[in-house]
Amino acid sequence: MLEVEGLSKRFGGLLANNDISFEVDAGRILGVIGPNGAGKSTLFDLITGYQLPDAGDVRFGGRRLRGLRPDQINRLGVGRTFQKLKPFTDMTVEENVMVGVMQHTPRLGAARKLALEALDFVGLLEKRRHHAQALSTGQRKRLELARAMATRPQLLLMDEVTGGVDQRTLPGLIRLVERLKSEGMTLVIIEHNMQVLMSLADDILALHLGRKIAQGAPQEIQSNQQVIESYLGGAYA
Amino acid sequence: MTWEIVVQAIISGLLMGLVYALIAAGLSLIFGLMEIVNFAHGEFMMISMFAAFWLWALFGLDPIYSVPLCAALLFFMGVATHYGIIRHILGASMLAQICATFGLAVFLRALAQFLWTPDFRSIADPMVAGRVDLAGVFLGLPQIVASVGCLIAFGFLYLFITRTETGLALQATAQDRDAAELMGIPTERMFALGWGIGAACVGVAGVFLSTFYYVFPEVGLPFALLAYVAVAMGGFGSILGSLVAGILIGLVESIGGLLIDPSYKLLIVFGLYLVIVVFRPKGLFGRY
Amino acid sequence: MTDAHSNSATGNEVLASAMAEPLRAPASFKRKMFYITMGIALIAFPHVFDSPFPHHVMIIIFMYALMAQSWNILAGFCGQISLGHAAFFGIGAYSTGYLFFAYQISPWIGMLIGVVLSMLMAIAIGIPTFRLRGHYFAIATLLIGEGVQIVFQRWELVGAASGIFLPIVREQPLLSFQFHGTKLPYYYIILAFLALACVVVWRLDRSRIGFYFRAIRDEPEAASSLGVNVTLYKSFAFMISAGLMSMAGAFYCQYVLVIDPETVFPLSLSILVVLMAVMGGAGTLWGPIIGAAVLVPISELTRIYFGGTGGTLDLMIYGALIVLICIFKPEGLIGAVKMRHADALEEKCDSGDARG
Repeated sequence: MLEVEGLSKRFGGLLANNDISFEVDAGRILGVIGPNGAGKSTLFDLITGYQLPDAGDVRFGGRRLRGLRPDQINRLGVGRTFQKLKPFTDMTVEENVMVGVMQHTPRLGAARKLALEALDFVGLLEKRRHHAQALSTGQRKRLELARAMATRPQLLLMDEVTGGVDQRTLPGLIRLVERLKSEGMTLVIIEHNMQVLMSLADDILALHLGRKIAQGAPQEIQSNQQVIESYLGGAYA
Repeated sequence: MTWEIVVQAIISGLLMGLVYALIAAGLSLIFGLMEIVNFAHGEFMMISMFAAFWLWALFGLDPIYSVPLCAALLFFMGVATHYGIIRHILGASMLAQICATFGLAVFLRALAQFLWTPDFRSIADPMVAGRVDLAGVFLGLPQIVASVGCLIAFGFLYLFITRTETGLALQATAQDRDAAELMGIPTERMFALGWGIGAACVGVAGVFLSTFYYVFPEVGLPFALLAYVAVAMGGFGSILGSLVAGILIGLVESIGGLLIDPSYKLLIVFGLYLVIVVFRPKGLFGRY
Repeated sequence: MTDAHSNSATGNEVLASAMAEPLRAPASFKRKMFYITMGIALIAFPHVFDSPFPHHVMIIIFMYALMAQSWNILAGFCGQISLGHAAFFGIGAYSTGYLFFAYQISPWIGMLIGVVLSMLMAIAIGIPTFRLRGHYFAIATLLIGEGVQIVFQRWELVGAASGIFLPIVREQPLLSFQFHGTKLPYYYIILAFLALACVVVWRLDRSRIGFYFRAIRDEPEAASSLGVNVTLYKSFAFMISAGLMSMAGAFYCQYVLVIDPETVFPLSLSILVVLMAVMGGAGTLWGPIIGAAVLVPISELTRIYFGGTGGTLDLMIYGALIVLICIFKPEGLIGAVKMRHADALEEKCDSGDARG
C-alpha cells in the first residue's frame, strides 16, 4: 500500500533522511524505531507533504505523493498524528473531531454523529463537550487519534503513541491500536517503547542517523547488533 | 543620467543600506530569540532620534557623543518592554503577540506627537557636516559617518553574538529554549537581553540617522517597513542575513529612486517583499 | 481513566443519547426576546431620538462596527492579523466615488465594483503570504496599507492628495445613494449592511467554513493534516473580510460626499478597527459591535474636550488599551463572558461524569 523509495532530506548541514526505502502492505503494522535524531519525524513529514524530499519518491496505492500538499495527501487516504500534540484549543473535543469529518460530510449534524462515533471508539465520548485545552496528555493522544481517524484514512501514520503517557493509561492506548488493526487499518507507528512494538508490530524499521539500518520482524530487530549499537553505543553490542 | 549620478546612487544606497542593516539586525535578533516580530521597532528608533535631538537642543550635546547614551537608553527601553509586556504574551495567541507590539507602536507614536507635536525637527549643526567630493561623486559626510558607525556597531554585535559567552548563550536560547534552560542558561534574562540589544541597535542607528534626517513622530514607520522587508529577505533570525539584505535594500531603493518617482520607492520595496515571499520565504540565511 | 474496551460495551445507549443532543443549545427564550427587543429598538431609535446628532453617532457606530466585524472574520475567526485593513475601506470609497464622479455610474454599482476590486487585492496579497507564517501576512498588510495610500496620494486621475468631491444630486436619492435633509435612509442602510455582516458571521459559525477557519486559527498544521486546504480557506476569509470592509468605505463616501487619501486610507483607521474588534472580543459575533459601541462615543468625546491634541490623545489611549487587553484579556470583553459560560457548561458535564 505504501512504497517509499530512496527518500532523502537535507536541512543545511544535517542529512536528516538518507536514502530510505521500505514498503508497507495493507493491513500491516510497521513500527519505526531509532534513537533521537534518527530522522523518524522527518520521514513522516516527507511522506505526508509537510516537507519536500530532496530525492526519492513516495507512492500510496500506486499514486505518487511527492509534491502534494498535506491536505491533498490526507484526502487520498493517509492520516497522521503529531508527536507534539496539536488540539484545536479553542474548540470542544467533539468540534475537534468534526473538523476531520467534514471533508467528506460537510453538514454539521451528520458530521457530529460521525465525530461522536470516533470519540466513542477512542473512549472520549464523555468529554465531548469539554474544551480541548482541559484534557490530560493521555486524553489528548486519544483526541488526536480520533481526529485523524475521522478523516477515514486507509493508512495512518502515528508519531509516538506512548510518549508522555503514564503506565495506567498505556494498556488502554495499546488496545486502541490493536482495535484499529483489527478493523483493517494499515499503520506506521513511530515508537520508543520496544515492549509496545513487540506486541503490536508485524514489521519494524530501524533508523539511525537518517539511514535505514535494519528491517524485519520484531524478534530479529531486537537482537540485531546494529540496532542495539545505535541505541546504546558500541560498548554494549 | 550621467555615470556620476549612477555611482552616486550606488554608493549612497550602500551607505543607507548599512543603516538599514543595523535596524534590521535588531529586529532579527529579537525574532530569532522568541519568534515575535517587534512591530514597535520603528518607534523605538524614533524615540532614540528624539532623545538625540533633545540632547542636542537642550544641552548642546553633539549626536556623536549621544550614541552611547541613546544606546543605553534604548537598551533599558528594550528590557523594560520585555519585562513589562512581552513576557506576558510569550505563550499567547498570535493575535495577542502581533497586536501587543503593534499597540505599543501606536502608543509611542501618539505619545511623541502629544509631547513634541508633529513638527519636523532637525539637528542644525552637527559636528559632522558637509560633503565630500570623490572624483565627481558627492557624498554627505554625515551619511558616511552614519554608515561607518552602523557598520562598527554591527561588528560589535556580531562579535558579541559569536565570540562572547553571553552571546553564545543568546544563540543557544534562540535555537532551543528548553535545551538552553536545561543547561543552566537563564533564558528569561536572555530574552530581556535580546530585547535590550535589539533596541540598542536601532537606537544607535537612530542617532546616526538624526544627523542628516528629519526627526518627527512618524519617522519610524517607513524605516520599520524597510526593516521588515530586510529581515524577511535576510532570513528571520539571521544577523548576517540582515547585513546583506539591508545593503541590498539600500541599493534597490537608491537605484529605484533613479528610475521612477522617489515617492514610489516604498512600492518597489513592497514588490521586492512579494518576490522574496513567493520565491524564497526563508530568505537568504533564515531558518524559518 | 476511561478504558476503551469497557466503554464500547455500554457504548450504544450512551452513544445514541449523545447523538441526539443538538450541537448548540437552541437559543433560550430570554435570548430570543433580547434579539427581538434589540431589533425593534434599533429600528425605532431614529424616530424616538429624532435629531441629526444622535442619528450621526449611531451611523458612525454602525459603520465602525461593520468595519470591526469585517476584520473580525479574518483575524478573530481565522487568525490572520491584518494591520492595513484601511486599504479596502479606501478602495471601496474611491471606486464608488470616482465612478460616480467621472462616469455617473450609480454608487451601488460602484460599491459592487469596489467589493470585487478589494477581493482581487485580497487574493493578490493572500496567495503569496498565506502559505507562510502569520507575521509574513501581517507585514504584507502593513506594506499594503501604506503603499495604497501613497499611490492614491499621487494618482492624478482620482484627484491625488485633494481627493474627490462628489457632485450633489438631489433627484432619485435612492438610486444615486445620496440623501439630503434627513439621515434616516443612511441610518437604515448602514444598519442593513451591519446586519448582513453579522448574518455572515452567524452563518460562518454554523458551517464547515467556520469550523475550518477556527481550526486554521488554532493549529494550521493540524488542520492541514485533516484535509483542510489552509491557503484556500484563509483566502476565503480574506476575501469576505475585504469585501465587507470596502462596503463600509463605499457607504462612507456616499455619506460624506468627499473623500481623500488621508481620510480613507490612514493607519489610524486600521488601528481603530483592530482595537474595536480586540477589545470587544475577537472571534465572537458581538465583540466588534460592543467595541465600536464603546469606542466611538469615547472618540467623539475626546474630540470635543481635547480639541487639537484630541487626535493623538485618543490614539495614545487606543495603543495603551490594545497592549493592556493583549496582556490581560486577549479574549476581549465578550470573549471573557463566553469563557465563563463555557466553564459553567464544563462543570455541568463533569458533575454528570461518573468515572474520572
